[in-house]
Amino acid sequence: MSSLPQGAAATPAEPRAQPQSLTDLFVSFTLLALQGFGGVLAVVQRELVEKKRWMTREEFVEEWAVAQIMPGPNVVNLALMIGDRYFGLRGALAALAGIMAAPTFVVFGLVLLYSQYAGSPMVAGALRGMGAVAAGLIAATGFKLFGALRKHPLGVPVCLFFGALCFVAVALLRLPLVYVLLVLGGLCCVLTYRRLAP
Amino acid sequence: MSITLSGADWLHLFLHYVSLSLLAVGGAITTAPDMHRYLVDQQHWLTDAQFSASIAIAQAAPGPNVLFIALFGWHVGLNAGGLGTGLLGMAMSLVGILLPSTTLTWLAARWGQRNRELRAVRAFKQGMAPIVVALLVATSWILATGNQARLQDWPLWLLTAASALLVWRTRIHLLWLLGAGALLGALGWL
Repeated sequence: MSSLPQGAAATPAEPRAQPQSLTDLFVSFTLLALQGFGGVLAVVQRELVEKKRWMTREEFVEEWAVAQIMPGPNVVNLALMIGDRYFGLRGALAALAGIMAAPTFVVFGLVLLYSQYAGSPMVAGALRGMGAVAAGLIAATGFKLFGALRKHPLGVPVCLFFGALCFVAVALLRLPLVYVLLVLGGLCCVLTYRRLAP
Repeated sequence: MSITLSGADWLHLFLHYVSLSLLAVGGAITTAPDMHRYLVDQQHWLTDAQFSASIAIAQAAPGPNVLFIALFGWHVGLNAGGLGTGLLGMAMSLVGILLPSTTLTWLAARWGQRNRELRAVRAFKQGMAPIVVALLVATSWILATGNQARLQDWPLWLLTAASALLVWRTRIHLLWLLGAGALLGALGWL
């Protein structure tokens, strides 16, 4: 797979796999969303890159970086960008609908089930337990992403400093997110800009 | 819990989601601390239990985690009336949190792709990284401690720490952990 000669990009490539229609796009993203328990990203990578081969691993990483920078749910952004690439705005909407519609019904069903049994101490206890685990999953995602800061232009100590300030402001002082993002995030971006080579 | 929401309150709720949408850099979950501050602490539209249950259900279900936002809206609407207002709250929250961010992403994706070597683009991309990471840990902290940290909740903290460690260090399937958490809780050990 990685042994393509240098000039390969210039020669007409064999027809790339791609979604056949808006329906194909919608169904693909629906199926993919329904497999993604606790987060869809891993499933998206496996399905679109390894099974369907709509995009190479490199393309996937590039698109994912943009999906992460932009505000909003990362996986939703990614679906939008992939859909747009093949069918423009209509494709973006089809992929967005695919990743949101079916899971919304599932979650709605679960919450209706929950409200039937919300008074039961067993259900309340089970949700307390799942809530504690969910909190752990989110922290673990943070820890995993922390590895990405190792090569940060500001250096690890400065990153740690701003990260700690952000944690104190949001978790302990409970300050509104908008000020934290504008002040701390803005400062980080300006400092990073000055460190990057022009 | 029963609350009354005026038309202005609904608009306020919608606009709060709209404004948070563009701040949700690093995923919708990073807005959870602000949602808690606004919905639970400030407006008292949502109980602490409903807040945590919404996140737990959305995490346990397949699909994007942003659906916890829909459940916040559902619970706020439910507190304000019944099924109808619940569905209204759900639709309003999802549209509010998604519309600005998806529009901006759609417009910016092509531009960003063309200009990805630009110094300002790289500075923004990398500059936000420490903040985004810290926000995830802060979210976890708020979920684990709720409104106030209570010493008798230590088994919950232990479970949170253990699952964080397992997900971070191993490839264990998330469903096993959520199932184990549900079982421990149902048995009354938490």
